[in-house]
Amino acid sequence: MIEIKNLWAKIEDKGILKGINLTINKGEVHAIMGPNGSGKSTLAQILAGRETYEVTEGSVTFKGKDLLDMDPEIRAREGIFMAFQYPVEIPGVSCTYFLKSALNGIRDHKGQPPLDAMEFLAMIREKMDLLGIDQNLINRAVNEGFSGGEKKRNEIFQMQVLNPDLAILDETDSGLDIDALKVVASGVTQFKNSEKSVIVVTHYQRLLDYITPDFIHVLYNGRIVKSGGKELAHELEDQGYDRIKNEADSALPVEESIA
Amino acid sequence: MSELLTTEKENETEDIVDAYTKQEYKFGFVTDIEMDTAPPGLSEEIIRFISKKKNEPEFLLDWRLQAYRHWQTMEEPKWPNVNYNAIDYQNIIYYAAPKKKVTLNSLDEVDPELIKTYEKLGIPLAEQKRLTGVAVDAVFDSVSVATTFKAKLEEMGIVFCSFSDAVLNHPDLIKRYLGTVVPYRDNFFASLNSAVFTDGSFCYIPKGVKCPLELSTYFRINTAGTGQFERTLIVADEDSEVSYLEGCTAPMRDENQLHAAVVELIAHKNAKIKYSTVQNWYPGDKNGKGGIYNFVTKRGRCEGENSKISWTQVETGSAITWKYPSVILKGDNSIGEFYSVALTNNMQQADTGTKMVHMGKNTRSNIVSKGISAGKGQNSYRGLVKVLKNASNARNYTQCDSMLLGDRCGAHTFPYIEVANTKSQVEHEASTSKIGEDQIFYCQQRGISPEDAVSMIVNGFCKEVFKELPMEFAVEAKKLLEVSLEGSVG
Repeated sequence: MIEIKNLWAKIEDKGILKGINLTINKGEVHAIMGPNGSGKSTLAQILAGRETYEVTEGSVTFKGKDLLDMDPEIRAREGIFMAFQYPVEIPGVSCTYFLKSALNGIRDHKGQPPLDAMEFLAMIREKMDLLGIDQNLINRAVNEGFSGGEKKRNEIFQMQVLNPDLAILDETDSGLDIDALKVVASGVTQFKNSEKSVIVVTHYQRLLDYITPDFIHVLYNGRIVKSGGKELAHELEDQGYDRIKNEADSALPVEESIA
Repeated sequence: MSELLTTEKENETEDIVDAYTKQEYKFGFVTDIEMDTAPPGLSEEIIRFISKKKNEPEFLLDWRLQAYRHWQTMEEPKWPNVNYNAIDYQNIIYYAAPKKKVTLNSLDEVDPELIKTYEKLGIPLAEQKRLTGVAVDAVFDSVSVATTFKAKLEEMGIVFCSFSDAVLNHPDLIKRYLGTVVPYRDNFFASLNSAVFTDGSFCYIPKGVKCPLELSTYFRINTAGTGQFERTLIVADEDSEVSYLEGCTAPMRDENQLHAAVVELIAHKNAKIKYSTVQNWYPGDKNGKGGIYNFVTKRGRCEGENSKISWTQVETGSAITWKYPSVILKGDNSIGEFYSVALTNNMQQADTGTKMVHMGKNTRSNIVSKGISAGKGQNSYRGLVKVLKNASNARNYTQCDSMLLGDRCGAHTFPYIEVANTKSQVEHEASTSKIGEDQIFYCQQRGISPEDAVSMIVNGFCKEVFKELPMEFAVEAKKLLEVSLEGSVG
């Protein structure tokens, strides 16, 4: 699905990613964990095409195509979806209108005819029921005045409607209570199948109790310092990030560990 | 009492009155009533010439002359937040008989750029033909539509005709109402208009009649393009209702650079007037060369109790816009409303807003202004809310939002509030926002192009105003914003 090779990126003069290598196959769920400032959100944003960051080295191939060469909307139309950590508000633009424009943009890219209003409404109704999203919410302006839980649920709802090949959840669990977390997790579980891949970016192990990852990678100081199966999450839960940090720091040249 | 927010101010203006200054000034001419065009310049003689050409009654000539004499004592206002080169009023031709438009055989003969814009705006083919002067077939003949329409209005006693026709056929109504809302002394441009106006629209809705259709200049027979000095007068008698549409989303080019129109609205007891404008005059090129100066005085008076006047405007055109559609709330319980979207792109400048003057008891006014600045555009909101001593329980709510696209444009807000009654309530809310990279990125991540994202965000910003427009107009206005914002992302 996606192959990241020796990816280096910086913001202004500050190096954030320092050689990421990661391959994700169809049907796999990978969790990216790590302490604050490790670069895990940056990785998600770069994959989605955020221009704030400058990629200085490396390559990313998505379904055989050069991902870094594509504009963000092309990446989206090719099948990458990112659930935002902080979904933005767009006053005056209804969720329905927004989502219909997005979906028809993607359909057009795939050479499919646009859905008319009736077809679209019929299609989203089913997804709304699955996530317990009511009509009121989708008639409101995108994310405007939404609670934290509503925003995150709306992200997952959009994911289900747009039906991407690769979903990236950027700290979707942050700020959610346990009930909202369960709804979000069940949305992701319904979404994934043998054709889809998911990257779950998270600080806590909590979300992984509900979305079972096939692999866990620990990011620290711009590098993947440890990879393993789902049991790695429990190890982190018990010991925190300190042990991994110490191990990684002692393995680094002195000048790097200061940063 | 003004807050100022500007990112950059461009003081340089191109010499855009070349067309006029290059004309030679002609002294000592003798006007001849047989002439179709008056020589450039303004004098009592020219005004007499205009009035005679139009067969006007004596009272109107006197009124014009009074206006002219008063105008001579006035100075052009300098307070608006706009810059332009001085206008030479002696180099303007104040009367020219309407020329017959050249009729083209097909749209192939029309400037392809213009056709492209029409297509983007989704203007139907028949309409494109009408706008560009292509001969139309019988089915779409707009004149026949207009004739049927006019007969229906006449049946109901509604008068809807050109101002010139009204002067000849309804002189009593003109005499009674002309200048009662915007007196000829009102301001420099209104005085000039009063002296030299050549045509416009007149509308009278009799007592108890609710006009069943939206009145639009589109349906008015004998409209020969947009006049330079237009005059519109709408009178809604007791218990009547009317919705009037002015303008067109199609780009309007005009050889006249200065436009100084006057619009007067009068609403008697329980009457309602809704006046909607979409203005898309030529804004000049990217350097600001050649655009139209739009200096308009629009005012309504809620004469009787429980009357209501509502202004809705979408302004995207003109190089310079200077315009404050206002309402004088004289009748008790009367309501004034102002909903506005003003967009400035490239070198455009707009100083626009409203005045709400509360005179009667329990009067209410509502102002929603949305200013959008892109390119090097400068957009100012200037609004006055005045509550007079007797206006007990008057209420005003003002919401004034500005949106900036890019970092070379400016948004300015100049609210004036004068309250002389302690039992009244005035609220003003203002906001300035910049289209965020975050918002655009969010849209892009969902598969929406940056251009579509900007127009979606801007349309969302204007939603409160668009919902006040008649349905079809609102759809057109949305498209118009998209076209006007083209190329402003990047």
